[in-house]
Amino acid sequence: MAAIETNRLTRKFGELTAVNRINLQVQEGELFGFLGPNGAGKTTTLNMLCTLLAPTSGSARVNGFDVQSQPDEVRRSIGMVFQDPSLDEELTGWENLELHAEMYGMRNAAPRIHEMLQLVDLEEKRNNQVKEYSGGMKRRLEIARGLIHHPRVLFLDEPTLGLDPQTRRHIGEYVKKMNRKEKVTVILTTHYLEEADNLCDRIAIVDYGKVVALDTPKKLKKKHGGGTLEDVFIKLTGREIREEKGNAMEGFRARVRAMRR
Amino acid sequence: MSSGTRAIITLWKRELLRFLRAKSRIIGSLGMPFFFLLFLGTGLGSTFSFGSMSYMQFIAPGIIGMVLLFASVFSGVTVIMDRQFGFLKEIMVAPVPRWAIVTGKTLGGMTTAIIQALLILLILPLLGVNLDYGGLGIALLLMALISAGFVALGIAIASKMEDMHGFQIIMNFLIMPMFFLSGALFPLDNLPGWFKGVTMIDPLTYGVDGLRYAFLGTSHFPLWMDFGVLIAFTLLAVGAGSFLFSQRN
Repeated sequence: MAAIETNRLTRKFGELTAVNRINLQVQEGELFGFLGPNGAGKTTTLNMLCTLLAPTSGSARVNGFDVQSQPDEVRRSIGMVFQDPSLDEELTGWENLELHAEMYGMRNAAPRIHEMLQLVDLEEKRNNQVKEYSGGMKRRLEIARGLIHHPRVLFLDEPTLGLDPQTRRHIGEYVKKMNRKEKVTVILTTHYLEEADNLCDRIAIVDYGKVVALDTPKKLKKKHGGGTLEDVFIKLTGREIREEKGNAMEGFRARVRAMRR
Repeated sequence: MSSGTRAIITLWKRELLRFLRAKSRIIGSLGMPFFFLLFLGTGLGSTFSFGSMSYMQFIAPGIIGMVLLFASVFSGVTVIMDRQFGFLKEIMVAPVPRWAIVTGKTLGGMTTAIIQALLILLILPLLGVNLDYGGLGIALLLMALISAGFVALGIAIASKMEDMHGFQIIMNFLIMPMFFLSGALFPLDNLPGWFKGVTMIDPLTYGVDGLRYAFLGTSHFPLWMDFGVLIAFTLLAVGAGSFLFSQRN
């Protein structure tokens, strides 16, 4: 069974089609890169896969569960690290993970919380309030949190955004370690193409809501004239600068404004 | 235990933890009611009194109503902060029903508001105000209803607001008028007709009136009416809060 399977998955915001009939298959245990320029539809796709947003048409199954008719089953079987921070800063690292475990109905979660904290090297800081953490520590805590309840798929939406190369490298290693150790399928979006090249088994490049390329990093580079993955990316998605980073609706509004001019 | 019940308890606990951790917020929130009691009570109390009752004693239940109103609405409105700081998304993607999220938030807000009201009750003897604590049972029931209604109202407002900037408007044009019109600071007996009408559409009026009955043994409306209106208001607010919250998210 595929970990993720979408069938002509589509999401429209008014006139704008943010995700346009995407067909994807991600195998269990894969570390899958989901790349594309700002506003290409990455986050919108992720939001549909994690049941926060309903598709306009088409369907998607996560771990065999339909995102629309079985949202609770989907939610129980996935972990999510959002693009923007989503921790309670007033609580300690431990309390954040404990809250998560309780929300997912886990019993005697303490050993698992310790295990995850050790995995991301935050065991010693567990009793500090999250507001005292650095950006990288918060990210690691979120990754640990996303895995507490033994999800079979972990979504990471730009987990390394705004972090320095050292921290990015570390997070990359954690992600790989999780993928191997927990045998969890990872769906990763990032703008750091070198990172995607190093980490991912396969990569999908999306643009204007459509998949424009899908293969292993190696084959992608070979097929599109060598060079780095970034060269391939630019070749496939063009040089034009897209609108500022933001949610799909902002992107939509920006395009509407642009059309009126 | 169902996933809903567990989520309610978890979110309730979170509100309490956050409240207990914000010591400055507790002190800050008690400042205004304390000064209202002390300054208004002393200042106006030198001119007005109601038979054997001092003015400060008369407004004490009203000030408790004020604490409940402010603390509850604010607690509900913190949904906006949960949204802004992203925490709400973490809850929304968890396998728990939406109603459990609203219920947990409401119970948490109620508890913290009632704790603040009880702290004021503890301060009162220091100011020389003696209430009839025999009515504490009735008072607690009223406090639960008042706080539930206003937390839910806060959640409803939060679901319609983008960020905390609008909170000042809500404060000045909804919360403050509700407080001033509630009869917390003056008796309802001799008001001009139009004004009396306005006070009677304010749900807090019935809360303050009921608290006055519980603590002072005197009230403008019969107690069953206070309870009746509060129950209706609370049900309406909880319905609106849950509906708007689910719709927004």
